[in-house]
Amino acid sequence: MPEGIYCNKQTVDTPEGVNKLLSDTSGNTYYQEMEVLDVDTDLLWKTIQNTCKSRIRTWLEICAHCGMCADSCFLYEVNGKNPKQVPAYKIQSTLGEIIKRKGKVDNALMRHAMRVAWAECSCCNRCGMYCPHGIDTGIMFGYLRGLLYNQGFVPWELKIGAGMHRAYRAQMDVTDEDFVDTFEWMVEEYEDDYPGLTVPVDKQGADIMYTVNAREVKHYPEDLAEAAILFHLAGESWTVPSKGWEQTSLAMFAGDWAACKMQVESVYEAMERLTPKRMVGTECGHAHRATVIEGPYWAGRKDGQPPAPSIHYVEWLAEALNTGRLRVDPSKRIKELVTLQDSCNYIRNHGLKRATRDIMSHIVEPGFFIEMAPNKEHNYCCGGGGGFNGIGKFRKERNIALIKKRDQILETGAKLVIAPCHNCWDAIRDLEEEYEIGIRWSFLKPLLIKMLVIPDHLKPEE
Amino acid sequence: MHDLLTGTFFWIALGICLTGMLVRFVLYFKGLSWQLDRVAYRAHPKAGLKGAVRSIYKWLIPFGTRGWQTQPFITLAFFGFHLGAVFVPLFLMGHVFFVEEKLGISLFTLSAAAGDVLSWTALAAGSLLLIRRLVLPEVRILTTWKDIMILGLSMAPFATGLLARYQVGDYGFWLNMHILCGEVLLVAIPFTKLSHVFLFFASRAQLGMDFGIKRGGMKGTKMAW
Repeated sequence: MPEGIYCNKQTVDTPEGVNKLLSDTSGNTYYQEMEVLDVDTDLLWKTIQNTCKSRIRTWLEICAHCGMCADSCFLYEVNGKNPKQVPAYKIQSTLGEIIKRKGKVDNALMRHAMRVAWAECSCCNRCGMYCPHGIDTGIMFGYLRGLLYNQGFVPWELKIGAGMHRAYRAQMDVTDEDFVDTFEWMVEEYEDDYPGLTVPVDKQGADIMYTVNAREVKHYPEDLAEAAILFHLAGESWTVPSKGWEQTSLAMFAGDWAACKMQVESVYEAMERLTPKRMVGTECGHAHRATVIEGPYWAGRKDGQPPAPSIHYVEWLAEALNTGRLRVDPSKRIKELVTLQDSCNYIRNHGLKRATRDIMSHIVEPGFFIEMAPNKEHNYCCGGGGGFNGIGKFRKERNIALIKKRDQILETGAKLVIAPCHNCWDAIRDLEEEYEIGIRWSFLKPLLIKMLVIPDHLKPEE
Repeated sequence: MHDLLTGTFFWIALGICLTGMLVRFVLYFKGLSWQLDRVAYRAHPKAGLKGAVRSIYKWLIPFGTRGWQTQPFITLAFFGFHLGAVFVPLFLMGHVFFVEEKLGISLFTLSAAAGDVLSWTALAAGSLLLIRRLVLPEVRILTTWKDIMILGLSMAPFATGLLARYQVGDYGFWLNMHILCGEVLLVAIPFTKLSHVFLFFASRAQLGMDFGIKRGGMKGTKMAW
């Protein structure tokens, strides 16, 4: 059973293991080794028998082959309506084939399935809304990813990502100390402008426990300060946990369910330790889905709910604006055409379309907010979802995938795109780099900070 | 022959169909797993039921969902076919009398004219579905010989029924063929893609619960999923 040094069926659980994988530039050796990686067909079939039950088996069986899912898939559309990109075909020719052959498949089929699972489906779940039989291909691709991960057929970056969660409980090599230090340092930078601004770490019984995306700590730490400023201006009692602060889960993109459980339990432990009234997560779609929507199931919570009520940042912000705890100076509202990117992971997977539109009504001058078409739960994936953004091997395919969002944005005529999701934000940044359509993009926090009315008692002394 | 078809064969076909449907329906719901499916089915019965009913109801209405609205051609062909496929076997006068004689159950009856219209519509719509299957690349790539067989099998009772109705050639022959096709169809239901006759409700109920409990239903959104 040839297993590579880099590409194998083992999980990566330590910083050393992560570093070893990282030392293989662009995963070149990793992918070479994958070409001869054996398939443990017994394990594959046993796993399927244990985990592929009624729902997925029935979906595969009753698919009427009507092709109504075709037009729902943005990847089918941007790839010249190639029939091989029809969702039903993609899943039948991969997972369907593996099950049909009772797991007796070869290396070539597994590598093909890997390509389809990560480069031809972003698990955006849009097709599920267009199937008369209620077949959600995105869910099936999530399941297939788990089978592939288990056998070592996973893109290099996502093996690293899952390893990061295992080693650091974060999607990047950000330690708990790095997180607290960075947060405190960033808040210090702003305390002259906002007297009394602090970052309360490990405060018991606060109204809000705030969790973040490790990318903020590593790459855009000002986001941490902005969150602190907005909580401060809204007069919130809040805290961040020194452990269990990372809400994301690249392990979910990788299909490493055991790592998903480890990751989400670290956040739940923080909730149980600090007993906040609620948890608020940052502007990230997949993080919300991982921690709030799917996480309870990984952690074995029968009610499907996290230990404390948990909301996405857009829900908190809409609430703060609607209740007047944050007030926008009308003269500072956005007075240019602006559009909004709906993140699949909290629109189609948690129904949060109203909160974002409430926010728009507060921050955009009437007449300047232009909806994308289609929008809300029918919106298209940004083009980089489900891990697509981060996989070098499939960069060409990802760049093609961005075309749908590019065209949607162009149709609105807006030059500013609001993207309250890290993944969408990255994809929109990349599409501007790739296609240069002359747009700007932003999270909500920096926009809000510029337009809020600061209560007199929170203003700095002259 | 006619006695055999309307006697023993009828009972066997009906028995296999009903037992098969019941067994598969029960097995489907027994096989759902809150942890594997990641849906807390039991914890939120009200939200689940609401989602399930909504999901089934929306998809049973022509143009009731965005999926139906964006593809009017298949929607018309689909409903044209399924209206006939559901109403004619159950409510056509001849069928109702037969069922009453055999099972003692009396059902509402369709007029002969309505039966004709529905049967012709079903045949026409079925033909359009078949043409669509062969012509559109995105459907052709998915199509297997089984799909063609199933469609043919579903249309056969209409074709033979109409041939008998209009007494084209030997009435007795076409009537027997019609009954035989109907019985083969009944037997095929639990074992083929025709299982969607009942598994449609199971599958939609599951996804309805998924959305109703987890994916927005409890946030008060009303997606037509």
